[in-house]
Amino acid sequence: MSDISRYRLVLAVLAILATVLFLLSLTVGPAGLGFADSISALFSDKAGAIELIMREIRLPRALLGLMVGATLGLSGAALQGYLRNPLAEPGLIGVSASASLGAVIAIYSGLTIVLPLALPLSALAAAVLAVVVVQSLAGLRGSTLTIILAGVAVSSFAGAMTSLALNLSPNPFAALEIMFWMLGSLTDRSMTHVWLALPFMLVGWAMLVALGRALDALTLGNEIAASMGIDMRRVQLLAVFGTAASVGAATAVSGAIGFVGLVVPHMLRPLVGSRPSRLLPASALGGACMLLAADILVRIIAPGRDLKLGVLTAIVGAPFFLWLVYRTRRKLA
Amino acid sequence: MPTNRLGRARFRAWLPALAGLAAVSGASVPAAAEPPERVVSMNVCTDQLAILVAGEGQLHSVSYLASDPNTSVLADRAKGLAVNHGLAEEVFLMQPDLVLAGTYTTRTTVALLRRLGIRVEEFAPDSSIADIRTNILRMGEVLERRERAAELVAELDRGVAELGEGGASHKTVATYYANSYTSGAGTLVDEIVKLSGLVNVADKLGLSGTARLPLEMLVLSKPDLVTGGSEDYGAPALAQENFVHPAYRAVAEQGRAVAVPSRYTICGAPFTLEAARLLRDAAGQATGGAR
Repeated sequence: MSDISRYRLVLAVLAILATVLFLLSLTVGPAGLGFADSISALFSDKAGAIELIMREIRLPRALLGLMVGATLGLSGAALQGYLRNPLAEPGLIGVSASASLGAVIAIYSGLTIVLPLALPLSALAAAVLAVVVVQSLAGLRGSTLTIILAGVAVSSFAGAMTSLALNLSPNPFAALEIMFWMLGSLTDRSMTHVWLALPFMLVGWAMLVALGRALDALTLGNEIAASMGIDMRRVQLLAVFGTAASVGAATAVSGAIGFVGLVVPHMLRPLVGSRPSRLLPASALGGACMLLAADILVRIIAPGRDLKLGVLTAIVGAPFFLWLVYRTRRKLA
Repeated sequence: MPTNRLGRARFRAWLPALAGLAAVSGASVPAAAEPPERVVSMNVCTDQLAILVAGEGQLHSVSYLASDPNTSVLADRAKGLAVNHGLAEEVFLMQPDLVLAGTYTTRTTVALLRRLGIRVEEFAPDSSIADIRTNILRMGEVLERRERAAELVAELDRGVAELGEGGASHKTVATYYANSYTSGAGTLVDEIVKLSGLVNVADKLGLSGTARLPLEMLVLSKPDLVTGGSEDYGAPALAQENFVHPAYRAVAEQGRAVAVPSRYTICGAPFTLEAARLLRDAAGQATGGAR
């Protein structure tokens, strides 16, 4: 089988898997509706209880699973290519934690009541800040170690500030929501959240996908890439703002969900070959599959307990991360 | 000096034990005839019971929650009293001769205060009208205000009897709080719902205790009335986002939402029946509108 046809096959399989998981996500829930009933309720004109559940509760949840998962997978692949670092991922380099902080400040200060757009905007601003700080700490050719260390520092600082902001809130429930912001959940999100996040995600996705050719060139090294006519400033702009816009919007509506952006590109790289431009769309689909699957599992494993998504992604992701560290430790030393 | 004080504290720690021995040997003789004069309460429920039962000047301090109108019905009457946060150091320095606490909160504080020789009386949270009656009478005992406690119990019983005369409307009500929690079988709220003549949706779904009621199940159960979401803490939180969810709004519209402030049901007291009255009146209006 030729390289390109195998790549197309991988994309097709992932797309089918994502569709199946999307439909499954629509049909899993505490109300225990039948498959045919629930799907037909999505398209019916009636305004009964089942229609309400499908359109206002299950549909936004499944859509957000798809969107947030695609964002995390895509940004993970883009960051790994751009930073040329196998351990780069929005969660590990502190983008998710910082976006959480931005969202927390916007929500709990009451800003989002006046201006709903403040939520994704504030998360985006904090995410941009995180990427810029990590990059300036590590430098463009930063070693694996310095980027991860800078990410750890940014993550812990943002996490601490998030806890502080929530603890200072006069609302007694706020402090309990630290868990949501650090581990993420899609429970009872509404179409409002979908419409709020979608435009930012679309812009972010477009910027990250536009990186494809440049990332291919970058695998040959900075100088060669520059000699091939790759504008490094443009690449940086696209990578930083593409990641910040999409991950910022995703985190603002679902909390910080870790490890998806780490695991998915690594699993798909052997299948699509080492070209980053091919890895980008595959990782987006793979991320959507992983997040939808995790969101289905939290509803099956612990119904009624609102298990956080980050718990499941970390159970898969953290051992994987350790294995990656083990494999790359010679380079780290 | 410190050793001296510790010694005294240790001696005082023995006193209740000795008094207990005396009570055992002396059969029905009351343990301490002297009413406590400087009472500190560390739990919002004992705060309110003590405010209702205590005599003039007997209650020295209540918890900071007692003056929060979201949790306390008697917030106005708590204003003149000293405030505590359930911290051992703070309470010890108030030199109380009796500390009132709940059985679920401030556990380490209670243990420490007892080690320091302070008399601590613990009250279990109320999960029924019978519990409220027991706790009021016990508060009367420990504060040596038995007559006042009997008055309050009589007020409670009158209220229960009056509600019982109203008859059952068999309308269904869903209690729906922040983070999608509801009150199922075996809770005080469940008994209040029954007293008001309504049917609790959580009971029909087989939920017991304070349990999660997923938004989907709330929509599917099509309740006649919905309560919850009326608290304003002055700052937003995700926990209350379920009240602006389009699906919840669709359930709560058309006059189905009833405001029953949770301060009436957080703690048990005669004022708890106000919640049942609010529910009964709302059900009456709903019937009038529909039929």
